Amino acid sequence: MINLFKIAIRNLIRYKRRTLLTASLITIGVVFVLVFVSISGSFKAMMIGQITDSMLGHLQIHRKGYVASIDNLPLNLNMKPKAYAKIATVLGATPEVEAFSPRLKFGGMFSNFLETTNIRLNGIYPEREFKTVPLLTSRISEGKKTLNRGEIMIPSLLAKGLKVKLGDAVVIVATNVDGSVNGKQFIVSGILESATGPGGRDGYVHIEDAAEVLRMPEAEVSEVAIRLKDFSRLSAEVKELEGKFAGEVNKEGRPMFEVHSWEQLSPFSNIARMIDVMTFFIKIMLIAIVLISIMNVMIMAVYERIREIGTIAAIGTLPGKIRSMFIIEGFCLGIVGAIIGGLLGSAVILIVNLIGIRFDFGQQQGLLLKATLNPSELLTISVIVIVVAVVASLQPAIKASKMEPIEALRHV
Amino acid sequence: MSLIVADNITKDYQTEDVVVHALQDVDFEIEPASFVSFVGPSGSGKTTILNLIGCLDKPSAGNLRIADTDVIGLDRKNSAAFRGKHLGFIFQDFNLIPVLTVYENIEYPMIMVQNIAPQERKERIARMLAAVAMTDQAQKYPHQISGGQKQRVAIARALVTNPALVLADEPTANLDSQTAYAVIGLMKKMRDDFGTTFIFSTHDTKIVGEAEVIFRLEDGHLTAKEIGGGAKP
Repeated sequence: MINLFKIAIRNLIRYKRRTLLTASLITIGVVFVLVFVSISGSFKAMMIGQITDSMLGHLQIHRKGYVASIDNLPLNLNMKPKAYAKIATVLGATPEVEAFSPRLKFGGMFSNFLETTNIRLNGIYPEREFKTVPLLTSRISEGKKTLNRGEIMIPSLLAKGLKVKLGDAVVIVATNVDGSVNGKQFIVSGILESATGPGGRDGYVHIEDAAEVLRMPEAEVSEVAIRLKDFSRLSAEVKELEGKFAGEVNKEGRPMFEVHSWEQLSPFSNIARMIDVMTFFIKIMLIAIVLISIMNVMIMAVYERIREIGTIAAIGTLPGKIRSMFIIEGFCLGIVGAIIGGLLGSAVILIVNLIGIRFDFGQQQGLLLKATLNPSELLTISVIVIVVAVVASLQPAIKASKMEPIEALRHV
Repeated sequence: MSLIVADNITKDYQTEDVVVHALQDVDFEIEPASFVSFVGPSGSGKTTILNLIGCLDKPSAGNLRIADTDVIGLDRKNSAAFRGKHLGFIFQDFNLIPVLTVYENIEYPMIMVQNIAPQERKERIARMLAAVAMTDQAQKYPHQISGGQKQRVAIARALVTNPALVLADEPTANLDSQTAYAVIGLMKKMRDDFGTTFIFSTHDTKIVGEAEVIFRLEDGHLTAKEIGGGAKP
């Protein structure tokens, strides 16, 4: 085998320019794919992080039918305290759950006594909410990073529009579940930067205050946001929790709760899917580059060495070894392209990070792109290149091994 | 017992319109350790007969046994294995592998065709290099040596696996007369030293005289078997 490699490498060196051009083409392809995968993957991961860690949580549990009507924030589809207690018990006993936070969502009127507008609010237990969505505090551009009874955190657009400042008194008026209206005065304790996605322009109050505004004797729960210890286990956990809640049925025998991952709740999941599709096609392009360039160079190699093939076949080299000789040449080209491409790609990613590219996305401005290269991605791309290089060499190699020595020796 | 027994060998080539009779009813026997030449003008069938003996081609009719093996019945893979075990080849254009050194060219059949142990390989190569007087050129590549030297390397490569038979198709065609005689002399010496049968084809009348047994071919027919000038008295 070592000798087969020795001959293959020497044959590659023999046609320096052609080998260099082919290896360069593969290298450029690998660099391009690595940089694209790294930047798009990092962008995706960052945006998912922003969405899940500052608003949605990794997954949520609602009463059946709530999500379908979520735009109306229907109070009649809230979970009663007893139902929430069941959820809390299950989540508390699930070791994969890092934190969970019950929310009471409602819509209302926001007034600074001079002007009035509408607002969507989340009633929360601040400690639990900040544990479940830890980036929420980083969105507080002004004010303290806590929330007490009687205080409200409002989105910056609303604060600007109504010229509301920290410490100002405001009134929230909301329709209760029975159709009556109630109001309560709050002090603005925090201004929140807007975020992209559902809930990105919501305000926050303490859940007990929300229950008071809505005249609920005990706080009901619209949704339970959940943070997992390991985000990569999201799909498995959704299934597990669905299984755990499958037994909870209403009077009609239908399931009481629904479990949704962030992907089912945020439109960004479509962008994330598009990024995945683009990455897939970029990889297909790389495969095409490697396949065509290696096949071309190997077909040329076989054509130019017909007499040599005839000679080695005549002196008794078995067809399998002749085949291996050419496959190894393709394999070596793939290895060289993958290694140099991997090194150069990593260097480009390092440079991108050193330069520090910033971008705006929706309401979020000046996001710093931190490109990271997942070792498994690097390994996958390298394996793809090498496997495709071997596959591309197969046809010319088989052709070489099937040559009749007598005809090959006659070739001029 | 004869090393080669050819019985009524016929070889036809079908072109688009006509059938070319390259060999017709050729019979001959060749003894072990003999130094044989097939001679004749171009198109007489010399190369065809060497290709058949070399298991590179199959006759259209007749029987051919080499080293007590019916070589006509061998399939492609077994044919290659048979060549690797029993035969050595010397080509008119030397056909050395350009990316391998002289040493590696001689080593090639011992690694890629026969699986010979490294120490044994070293010894055999050293012996062959010395026999063809190429020891000091061992690390050179084919493009760095002369035509005569290339043919000496080709002889060493053909003999290094200890074959029963070495076939040489016009081995001196691309060499000047002095080098040609030297190469033929070397082949004969190798036959003497290693007991290998040498069969070569040529149309050079002077070189023919060096053979011990001469088979004359004309238009695909074996017209004569002669004792050559190279035969021992």
